[in-house]
Amino acid sequence: MGIEIRGVNKNFGDFVALQDIDLSIPSGQLTALLGPSGGGKSTLLRIIAGLESADSGTIEIEGLDATGLPAQKRNVGFVFQHYAAFKHMTVEKNVAFGLEIRKKPKDEVKRRVAELLRLVHLEQFSHRLPAQLSGGQRQRMALARALAIEPSVLLLDEPFGALDAKVRKELREWLRRLHDEVHVTTVFVTHDQEEALEVADSLVVINEGRIEQIGTPDDLYDRPASEFVLSFLGPVTRLGDSLIRPHDIDFTRYEHAATTSGRITRWTRVGFEIRLEVTPDDTLHPDPVQVIVTRTEATALQLHEGAQVWLRPRAGAEAVVS
Amino acid sequence: MTVDAPSLAPGAARRRRARSSGGTSLTRSSGLGLGVALTWFSLLVLIPLSLVVIQSIDGGWETFRQTLTNPQTAAALRLTVTQALIVTAINVVMGTLIAWVLVRDDFPGKRVLEVVIDIPFALPTIVAGLVLLSLYGPDSPLGVNVANTERSVFLALLFVTLPFVVRTVQPVLMELDRDVEEAAASLGAGRFTTLRRIILPSLAPAITAGAALSFARGISEYGSLVLLSGNLPLKTEVASVRILTYIENGNDAAAASVATILLLVALAAIVLLQVISSWVARRG
Repeated sequence: MGIEIRGVNKNFGDFVALQDIDLSIPSGQLTALLGPSGGGKSTLLRIIAGLESADSGTIEIEGLDATGLPAQKRNVGFVFQHYAAFKHMTVEKNVAFGLEIRKKPKDEVKRRVAELLRLVHLEQFSHRLPAQLSGGQRQRMALARALAIEPSVLLLDEPFGALDAKVRKELREWLRRLHDEVHVTTVFVTHDQEEALEVADSLVVINEGRIEQIGTPDDLYDRPASEFVLSFLGPVTRLGDSLIRPHDIDFTRYEHAATTSGRITRWTRVGFEIRLEVTPDDTLHPDPVQVIVTRTEATALQLHEGAQVWLRPRAGAEAVVS
Repeated sequence: MTVDAPSLAPGAARRRRARSSGGTSLTRSSGLGLGVALTWFSLLVLIPLSLVVIQSIDGGWETFRQTLTNPQTAAALRLTVTQALIVTAINVVMGTLIAWVLVRDDFPGKRVLEVVIDIPFALPTIVAGLVLLSLYGPDSPLGVNVANTERSVFLALLFVTLPFVVRTVQPVLMELDRDVEEAAASLGAGRFTTLRRIILPSLAPAITAGAALSFARGISEYGSLVLLSGNLPLKTEVASVRILTYIENGNDAAAASVATILLLVALAAIVLLQVISSWVARRG
């Protein structure tokens, strides 16, 4: 059940967008397709929705073979990055569109629309046009419109990509809560690892048309299957022979058994954290190591630019040796 | 702040009211801009138009009535308006279709077609008339002779008004989000429903504008149809030819009467099209 994708391939001319994709997306969960732009994740989502057709392979939605079905018949809710609002219709009409297509009785449409607008907190805006709404409100309207048809799956293509940072943060928390309420199988595409880690039950990392790894946010973050997954899920730096997250590095001001020693050559303060660059003394590994410490740690250690430090991985840090 | 206009003193109260109700007040530069625009518009449009209207009723209502009840003039007006209406209706459909093809489809020779569409714009109308005469006249290489019939008027109008709807719809269609159509599809709407409820309402203002231009050009056309139509009284004579005849005969008041009627018809058409357009847009 859920969504079963088997052996999907897709080419655009010479460009290989997707290659042998096999993926099961479980029912009722919030799954994120994560990867860099142009990696094929949006194409996969559009193939699930029927907006794009695969060159080969099959798609099954909730046990139903959807491979040959047009988008109209898949009963899929789709939310676009740029809202795709029907500009000449009021918020209410937008949400009612799918129900009217399905020829639902008028009073049922009215009741359902009111219910959905309450769910997305837009009940006082029902008679406005999309142009009179903010970006966040428009995207919530689009979400209500997609949910109105009681879709078997809800697909969101970079849903918060066009919004500013603060609204984006609010909306993804809200999406998480909404999903806990509605429980519809949801797949969303994002290139923002923070968004994916925060919102999703499970992550599918896609790069260059292939699936790199599938797992829970913790799995992927702590046990990345490849250097790509490790580096995509957060900042990484090279310490000695291994890759490690910059905040997983321990350091002292006095010589001891360390992996690397060097001088602090760069100092960038961003709010509570300080990003440092340490240039190793070891001429075999001359590339600077990125380290992140909190302001408090830096004060306690009396760090300053030019100081000599000794670095080693923190106890319990996950690292991928390459 | 506001423009210095002593003659508008009674308007001061109105201005204040406008400001308090959130209306705009003019800055110096926008006041100057509005002034220039209004003067320009008055010189070129308002004053000449009022003069025509005044001239037409100058000779008293009697001249006006007589001109209109003159069977030859009435026939010319009827012919002009019906042909312009038919041609506009065809343009609405064909123009939208051509614009659609030009925007949405890729085919060899598309760039050429883009240029060809504009030829009726670029061609001096009398040259268009010559082209039409040689193509559909007595010596037609196609064997189609419509000279001296109503159809010649129809054909000439169709030729010169072709670009209007195409050129007004095309840019709007290009701006139209494909996302929106996909959203409609994923909500279950078929091609036809999407066209009727999503695409057409977005295009309606552009189609209306094109139709208005096409109709206005249609009722005023002269150059392209005089050669082919033969200007036969009661049969193929159009209103603009009629005006010219009146002027040549020194009957300026009658000419102005016909002009006023054309003006009213054009106004009525524009208003009607606006109403239709907003109705389609609202209904979507």
